Amino acid sequence: MNQELFLSSQVDLKAARSLKERLIKALFFFCAAVSILTTLGIVGILIFETWNFFGKVSFKQFFGDTQWTPLFAQKHFGVWALISGTALTSFVSIVTALPLGLLAAIYLSEFASKRIRSFIKPSLEVLAGIPTVIYGYFALTFVTPCLQKIIPGLAGFNALGAGIVMGIMILPIIASLSEDAIYAVPPSLKEGAYALGGNRLATIFRVVLPSSFSGIGAAAILGISRAVGETMIVVIAAGQQPNFTLDPRVAVETMTAYIVQVSLGDTPTGTLEYQTIFAVGMTLFIFTLALNLGAHHLRRNVLKGSL
Amino acid sequence: MLKQDIKKPKNIFRSPKMRSDNLKAWFGSHEALNEISLSIPTFHVTAIIGPSGCGKSTFIRCLNRMHEVVPGTRIQGNVYLDEVDIYGSSINPVNLRKRVGMVFQKPNPFPTMSIRDNVLAGLRLQGMKTYDSDEVVEKALVRAALWDEVKDILKRPGLSLSGGQQQRLCIARALALEPEVLLMDEPCSALDPIASAKIEELIHELRGKYTVVIVTHNMQQAARVSDVTAFFYMGKLVEFDYTEKIFTNPKYKKTEEYVTGRFG
Amino acid sequence: MIFKKKFIKESTSENAFKAICFVAILLPILLIIVLIGDALIDGWSRLNLDFLLGLPSRKAEIAGLLPALMGSFYLMLLTAAIAIPLGLGAAIYLEEYASESFLTSLIEINISNLAGVPSIIYGLLGLEIFVRMSHMGRSLLAGACTLALLLLPMVIMVSRESLRVVPKSLREACFALGADRFQTIWKVVLPMSFPGALTGIILSMARAIGETAPLITIGALTYVAFLPDSIHSAFTAMPIQIFNWISRPQKDFHINAAAGIIVLLLVMLILNALAIWLRARLQRKVYW
Repeated sequence: MNQELFLSSQVDLKAARSLKERLIKALFFFCAAVSILTTLGIVGILIFETWNFFGKVSFKQFFGDTQWTPLFAQKHFGVWALISGTALTSFVSIVTALPLGLLAAIYLSEFASKRIRSFIKPSLEVLAGIPTVIYGYFALTFVTPCLQKIIPGLAGFNALGAGIVMGIMILPIIASLSEDAIYAVPPSLKEGAYALGGNRLATIFRVVLPSSFSGIGAAAILGISRAVGETMIVVIAAGQQPNFTLDPRVAVETMTAYIVQVSLGDTPTGTLEYQTIFAVGMTLFIFTLALNLGAHHLRRNVLKGSL
Repeated sequence: MLKQDIKKPKNIFRSPKMRSDNLKAWFGSHEALNEISLSIPTFHVTAIIGPSGCGKSTFIRCLNRMHEVVPGTRIQGNVYLDEVDIYGSSINPVNLRKRVGMVFQKPNPFPTMSIRDNVLAGLRLQGMKTYDSDEVVEKALVRAALWDEVKDILKRPGLSLSGGQQQRLCIARALALEPEVLLMDEPCSALDPIASAKIEELIHELRGKYTVVIVTHNMQQAARVSDVTAFFYMGKLVEFDYTEKIFTNPKYKKTEEYVTGRFG
Repeated sequence: MIFKKKFIKESTSENAFKAICFVAILLPILLIIVLIGDALIDGWSRLNLDFLLGLPSRKAEIAGLLPALMGSFYLMLLTAAIAIPLGLGAAIYLEEYASESFLTSLIEINISNLAGVPSIIYGLLGLEIFVRMSHMGRSLLAGACTLALLLLPMVIMVSRESLRVVPKSLREACFALGADRFQTIWKVVLPMSFPGALTGIILSMARAIGETAPLITIGALTYVAFLPDSIHSAFTAMPIQIFNWISRPQKDFHINAAAGIIVLLLVMLILNALAIWLRARLQRKVYW
């Protein structure tokens, strides 16, 4: 009879035949599609407002200057001032977090007993869950005064204190991802090293760490990405002065801090000041996207086993 | 329906409950079934045997359209229930599965439900109002030979039962829908011998009231419980005959080799 | 790990290295204790009912947290109301409906990328889409929509994990009983995965309650001397109020900030405890 109609038809389609089933499926699909719309929205508004921005400000003014004073009468749009601030605080944070995080990961995967692990892992999660505004308070009222006792000439707002506290914030991510990477090293490699008479220390440094290099690299990059996008710590503790400097003792302004600075004021939409935060946001977005993609690429290598 | 009825040859195949006609099935590009034509006699027990991967599970999953639940699968050919094509465009697989019940390899009672709720699950899933739910529960559990063991603990979670009891609960769950055909996909493979024996006993009792199709890798079991047996090999139906014949005097060499344990 | 300690003689250098590693892991944990202790010492004197139930003021000693507390509370409710259905729905689509297609993998890659976007970028999105284009203004609703989008990747991930816990065999059993896909999801899959999903969702809410940057970006006010009365009213939230107090030059306000931090940490602690308690309780018994 009508056999041909269904003989080779995709059976999935048949299952969803009834209208109700299709409607329900469409509803769930819409929920999933919201995430795509979010991405499109983010990219769309950033491009749109950045486009408007570059209608008024040239590329040369944006990338060829080191002064950032769009809120002043004498306007400069040298984004390098903000990029250097972001780079400086992120650098301090990764210098703090990577050694500590890596050592923590080694301890957890190679030395820690079950009992110690069961205590330390949740503690690190607590660390990762603390709101960053609290870290900011800590940086401003505790860490910076402590540092001022050691380092003379340290300003009240500075990249150093903010960076160090940011390092504590990203430490759990780095420790946890590095631990995964170390864990992924096949035991046979370690056994091979022990069989050759390698002691534990040599095995860790000569075999385990080199084998998990990609994974640790990915952890570090993701940590940097977090630090670049982090806002409240640097807003509170690093100050809001866009100095083009590599001196961690003075105040700097990061890209994120600038966006907050403008948002706190009452900037009318459509003005140049309003558009600057989107241009800065676009720069920030590109930076973090590049870092995330790089980390993703490295981690995929780990999963593939091409160590 | 006792053994003497079956002695009359060909009779039971004359008006089969289910029938497949040139049935082919695929997983992606892998062909799992190749032109299976088979008649399943009404109110009898049909066993399907064969080495792992021969397509026996795929075959019975085609009988209630469970094959298509897995993404990337495809079938060709026809399957008839009471001479109605179940892959016809007007057939709703959901309604079909009420008439053709299924029991799986591993007992899978719903963990969030009590014993009683498990038995009623099928009815409730279909939104049927059951005014006499106590009666339905008792009847299904009695038929599944579980009533005496659980009548006082109906409120307990289904998972609190032993493996064999869980499997009988799953049978009760299927029977509560009053199916005409009961498909069993290696129902004893996850059970110990004593629990298996209980299930086999139960299959004996179901015979005559339901049409049962059982997939098994245990040849002794097939010989014990079934009236007719089909031997599958590499996706093809090699031989289909009365169980006695298959196990004592098979037509084909391959069948003989398998039932005597020379491979598989 | 594989080698028991006694089989490998530990040299001094190994012991030293082990000690260094241990210090490295202890250091951040000690810092956290110092942080909480520091906030407690600074803020203890201000922690009383007047502080919790008071309105903000230009005088630090009488300034209170109430508008921020209520703001955060309403914000959480609204955010949950938006993010939970969307996140669960997306998870259900990806786990139960989607076949292996280009679109599905696109959605998956997209979700994991969204999880890495800095929260302040979501603020910019909210500012443009919700505050400006949808004319929600700088309202609770706009804030909740922004936070919901920010939370969505996390909610989807925890929901998917909880759906994966439900074995395939149960879905098949359900199909074999004549249930359609939606009934299977609604009556069997969701009841089983709900405790896990709920725990994860509450934990992500606890995260959201500390979010500051996106709310500042969409223009949540830092000084609000009234309680929000509808989803369209302006609002402030706990972390914003804390930020506001921190950024005051007067040291007295830092005491308020510390007290606010204690309250915020307490709320997060309660949410975490709630999640754990709910999981334990719901897992014990879920019947229809």
